[in-house]
Amino acid sequence: MTNKTRIHLINYLNKDIRYDGRKKDQYREISVETDVSKSAEGSARVKIGDTEVMAGVKFEVGQPYPDIPEEGTMMVNAELIPLSNPEFEPGPPSIQAIELARVVDRGIRESKAIDTKKLCIKKGELVWTVIIDLIPINDAGNLFDAFALAAMLAIKQARFPKLNGDKIDYKTLTNKKLPLTAEPVSVTVLKIGEHFIVDPITEEEKVMDARLTVALLKDNTLCAIQKGGSMPLSKEDIEKMIDIATEKAKELRKYLK
Amino acid sequence: MIMVYKKRIDGRKFDETRKIEAKVGVIKNADGSALFKIGKTTAYAAVYGPKDLYPRFMQNPEKGLLRCNYNMLPFSGSGDRVRPGPSRRSKEISYVTENALLPVVNLDNFPNAVVDVFIELPQTDAGSRCAGICAASMALADAGIVMKDLVGAVAVGIVDGQVVVDLNYDEESYDKGDVADIPVAIIPSTGEFTLLQMDGRIKKKDFLKALDAAKKIVPKIIEVQRKALKNKFEVKNDK
Amino acid sequence: MTNELKVKDKSVVVPGEVIAEGMNYLPGPGMYRKGNEIISSQLGLIKIEGKVIKIIPLSGKYLPKRGDVIIGRVRDVNFSGWSIETNSAYGAMLSMKDGSNDYIRRGADLTKYFNIGDYIVTKIYNVTSQNLIDLTMKGPGLKKLVGGRIIKVSPSKVPRIIGKQGSMVSMIKRATNCNIIVGQNGIVWIKGVNPEDEIITVKTIKKIEKESHVSGLTERIRTFLSKKGRKVAGE
Repeated sequence: MTNKTRIHLINYLNKDIRYDGRKKDQYREISVETDVSKSAEGSARVKIGDTEVMAGVKFEVGQPYPDIPEEGTMMVNAELIPLSNPEFEPGPPSIQAIELARVVDRGIRESKAIDTKKLCIKKGELVWTVIIDLIPINDAGNLFDAFALAAMLAIKQARFPKLNGDKIDYKTLTNKKLPLTAEPVSVTVLKIGEHFIVDPITEEEKVMDARLTVALLKDNTLCAIQKGGSMPLSKEDIEKMIDIATEKAKELRKYLK
Repeated sequence: MIMVYKKRIDGRKFDETRKIEAKVGVIKNADGSALFKIGKTTAYAAVYGPKDLYPRFMQNPEKGLLRCNYNMLPFSGSGDRVRPGPSRRSKEISYVTENALLPVVNLDNFPNAVVDVFIELPQTDAGSRCAGICAASMALADAGIVMKDLVGAVAVGIVDGQVVVDLNYDEESYDKGDVADIPVAIIPSTGEFTLLQMDGRIKKKDFLKALDAAKKIVPKIIEVQRKALKNKFEVKNDK
Repeated sequence: MTNELKVKDKSVVVPGEVIAEGMNYLPGPGMYRKGNEIISSQLGLIKIEGKVIKIIPLSGKYLPKRGDVIIGRVRDVNFSGWSIETNSAYGAMLSMKDGSNDYIRRGADLTKYFNIGDYIVTKIYNVTSQNLIDLTMKGPGLKKLVGGRIIKVSPSKVPRIIGKQGSMVSMIKRATNCNIIVGQNGIVWIKGVNPEDEIITVKTIKKIEKESHVSGLTERIRTFLSKKGRKVAGE
């Protein structure tokens, strides 16, 4: 159905330019803001071009998993609300929402960004649970990177609420921040024909062959990778895409300050 | 009755709303959109339509359908996280929101079609359904929907014998006296009520006093909505 | 009783706003009379022509009209014709008999004419009471579009993008060397020799869409094109 658009777009890419005039390795304009929801214990808003998303952090307390009695837990959830895109329908999370949440989750979890061992209140009985909710306000492409950036910003800004015994007093926030050990940054690279592009807009996502989302640490350690799309990638493709992601991650990292 | 509530918890005058901010055209994908913020309560509204309506049995051959969907984002509650998904409360609010907007909206030109209104709140501090209605009112106008007027909504009430306008969460949950929370929506040109709910304990004469307070304050809220709609068309000088 | 305008010509009005008082003025579409007042029922730009007040809507979905030339997208092909997407709330049918100036035989393979995903320049020849649209390809300029790219604009901005007697779109065509077809339904087709030309055309049209209600638009667009290095005729 979108074959003709794909061919036309590839003509552009052959001349090193994209539909909106960007270069293949160029991100749209990025702006970030934290503490945007006073109801949350931590929050952030990220804009990449016309894509705008919010992330919120809420704390809960509960029992730890029996096999890790001294560790707190973390959960990432994405709600693709119809407000942000006419193609999203109301209802339980679609597979797209689930994949987005789980990929962002792995980037944070596998990098051990949040030191869950420091979320213990009483060993075997009470631990903190950190829940990160990801919401698009306007989806104009590349939710993977926008969500990952917003999640990290919200996590960095978040403060523990006061705890009275085993009851949380949400009205009183302490000055204590989450124990962080790493700051993963996520970059998504698309393959269209023979070309690799970063930060896709919706039109590009619709005609892609495949995508690779790569979460990286400051020292370029890879901590999560997800391939998407119905076309295969060769080992050479994958290596090239990881290299591109590694390069762009340096730029994105600036926004985590 | 001796009025004990002499000074509002946040120092406002009794007939004063919290600070209001409004902006239109905030969601590019939508046919119309708006942001309405009153105090800390923040509501986004996006309008999609008129468009095809499925399932077909819901289609009305005489005019288009208006469908409202109110939702609080998980991190928007005053305390615990709000579990995602529709609740009985959000479904009821969606329903009364629809009825608050229907009387002004004219969808005669769009038989069998639907106009979807999505209201989402990233932050709340009481008065959320009213903020949602205000955002929806602007978003519908922004979408070019034919409307005989905008709709202004606010929660008025009585706190310990005193009529107040725009209750915040602390006032809603005031425990030292009787509280009545009365969210309303009004069509400014006719003064008619399109949303009216009451929660609490109140005598009829005080209830009517509260309705009067609402009628007095709504024009100010409408003025904010009008300004926001017109501001969208202010062109900044480009380089 | 007063007889007066409450708003200036070319100002933006919102639903519920009083436009005029008295019986002197005639309300047009997008407004209604209530007692002594004429009140706006749409977000739009006021245009006063003598005793007639008009509102030019600044937004809103496309309302199909007989005679409109639009750009549609083939959604489906069946044995008797094509189902076409029109960027409105309503579906459109292009039946076999209207598919071409040539005669299409019964049983012919219709995908050879238009296939799913194709964009066509087509004309509305009928709109039913339920707003269902009948299209035809018989007529000058009606054809399948090959190559190029498609963008969407607000249908209410189409008149400004085309300009008086096509003056605006012609200016852009000459300056960017692109072929441009603007559908009344807000779908625009652009085909240039190279991507840069197409991109400038897109940016120019988006600029018109954003600033359509401000006076001096033609001059600003001319300046915009010049700044992008495009020669604009008539300078």
